[in-house]
Amino acid sequence: MNTLLLGAVAYDPKVVTIWDGFRSYFAKHGLDLDYVLFSNYERQVLAHLAGHVHVAWSSPLAWLQVERAAAVRGRTARAIAMRDTDRDLTSVIVAQRSVATLGELKGKRVAVGAADSPQATMIPLEHLAANGLVAGRDFEVVYHDVLVGKHGDHIGGERDAAKALASGAVDAACLLDGNHLAFSRDGTLAAGKTHVVAQTARYDHCNFTVLDDAPPQLVARFESLLSAMRYDDAEVRPLMDLEGLKAWAPGRTSGYATLAASCERFGSLKPLLDQAARELPVRA
Amino acid sequence: MSPASRAVLDLGSLGLDRGGDVLLRRALAALPANHEVEVRGSSPDLALHLGALCRAGGHALCEGASGLVVRRGTATDARWAGATRAGRADARVSGAVDEHPSARWGVAARGALVEAGAPAFDFTLSDKDEVWADEAAGLYAQAAAVQWDPATAIAWGTPFELSDELEDAIVQIMTYLIENETAALQVPARFLGRIHPHFREVMQLLAIQAADEARHIEVFTRRALLRRSQLGLSSAGGQASLLTLFEEPDFALASFLLSVLGEGTFLSLLWFLHEHAPDPITKDVVRLAAQDEARHVSFGLAHLGRHLARDPSLYRRLALAVERRHDALRDTAGLNGEVWDALVVVAAGSLLPADVERGHGAVVALSQQMSDKRARRLERLGFAAAEARALSDLHTRNFM
Repeated sequence: MNTLLLGAVAYDPKVVTIWDGFRSYFAKHGLDLDYVLFSNYERQVLAHLAGHVHVAWSSPLAWLQVERAAAVRGRTARAIAMRDTDRDLTSVIVAQRSVATLGELKGKRVAVGAADSPQATMIPLEHLAANGLVAGRDFEVVYHDVLVGKHGDHIGGERDAAKALASGAVDAACLLDGNHLAFSRDGTLAAGKTHVVAQTARYDHCNFTVLDDAPPQLVARFESLLSAMRYDDAEVRPLMDLEGLKAWAPGRTSGYATLAASCERFGSLKPLLDQAARELPVRA
Repeated sequence: MSPASRAVLDLGSLGLDRGGDVLLRRALAALPANHEVEVRGSSPDLALHLGALCRAGGHALCEGASGLVVRRGTATDARWAGATRAGRADARVSGAVDEHPSARWGVAARGALVEAGAPAFDFTLSDKDEVWADEAAGLYAQAAAVQWDPATAIAWGTPFELSDELEDAIVQIMTYLIENETAALQVPARFLGRIHPHFREVMQLLAIQAADEARHIEVFTRRALLRRSQLGLSSAGGQASLLTLFEEPDFALASFLLSVLGEGTFLSLLWFLHEHAPDPITKDVVRLAAQDEARHVSFGLAHLGRHLARDPSLYRRLALAVERRHDALRDTAGLNGEVWDALVVVAAGSLLPADVERGHGAVVALSQQMSDKRARRLERLGFAAAEARALSDLHTRNFM
């Protein structure tokens, strides 16, 4: 096996540009890498477990899915690298001025992104639940299910949630901190009309994931070439800009605790684990 | 870094989502990498947005006892590390115009600092020797200063009396002029998109030349339709002659055939029409067109003169281009017979035999004058007198 196979989800047409570019970069440095695009993270996780790809570009939820499904099979998953921008994100709950505190969201309508978006749905709903407000029981959740399966990588659902807040259709909306800045800056959220009533704890986002059967030498070469990518290299900078990073950082898994708690509370991992059990039965 | 030596940015109540980010970037730009700025302000979202901005920009945000402190990252420096200055904006400065500008400078302004890694543009005319003339800036300025409005520069309502024969002759000549000016617009315009924009003055000059021709086409059409509802004849031979200009892929050769030989010859024709114009409107339209055409010829002579000085082998290629065009047109009729007749009638001013004889003589003299002036322009470019005369005689009988 001389080719490292990488799986990624096609959440946007630019994904092809990004991975073609990365493929050329790796080829130039002697690593034969090819990529497989999936229409959703669940299919990528199953393909990864089945050994169809060696490395997967995992959303935070996909990381938890593959890690848990691997553990069920006595296997281990490892996060080997992430973007500098995947570290220490926060989400915010933004409300109408009439809602002064988090507690006042009781009985209200709260807009979120896609149901499987860690940043715009799962982590904020966990934050609310940890503060005594359970979705569906204490307040109504208004989903903006744009491209479910992409785990919120597509910004559309989050923008729709912000628009719902701006129009007065909902009382609050859950957004990534950077998107709150972007939507305030571009006028989606008008100045002074809304305010942040809560900010979640910091969490991490995507990572490159390998399972224990990945070819070690190819993976080691992949890691070393990733960390050698430099933002002052004019050839790779456009790719880094497209992928939204200034440098690759080592993978870490300490930033997924809130999302794991959310999955635990809402049973979010079960559908994937059930599907894996059906498609990839665990051998006795 | 000690708090005492740290820069401070006080945003007051300004949020990072309302323009404060601009001030933050300016404050960071003033610092070396790894130096810190303390950000102060009362916007409720300041810390939230600062975190997001720092993460996206590759800066570190340190929240502590001393408030919000941003340590400048290296990404901005890294982005501009390999940037190059694309010459200088003022062409008069020594070295301002590069001999072979980089394809990656693309459409960046000459003189801009261009980030490394920009895509390469496919500008096929990217050697200074091929296109440049120091006179381009002056000719462009002159052209910009004398742009005229077809609606007001000509007194379209001026009354005049003209016989049907003379009116028909003018309509035929205008039809012929439109056809030729269309070629004079489209042929350089095809090269315009291939010229590296680093040669800004040349690009501007060709653009304004195209605008000149557009106006000429407009006023010639308007004059032709002043008293007639239809235009005159367009001959296959005339079009065949103009097609050879479209088929010349080399900028130097095309511009030699079109600007120096073709438009040069046209200058004589336009001034001839100005002298013999039977009505004030025709007189005005050809005068205005001739003034523009003179600049077109000047630029052709200027950039070809420079090119020839640097590459004397171009002389042979220019001569061959004239010969090739002559051979290609050997079996065509050349000037539309109706155009020749129309010129004779206009110069005659009537169909009386004595006038026609005078008109005929004037057109023959015009042909001779055209040939003499072509030869003189060729000599200006450095052709020997005998070769200049021979090449002039090979020029298309269609004038353009």
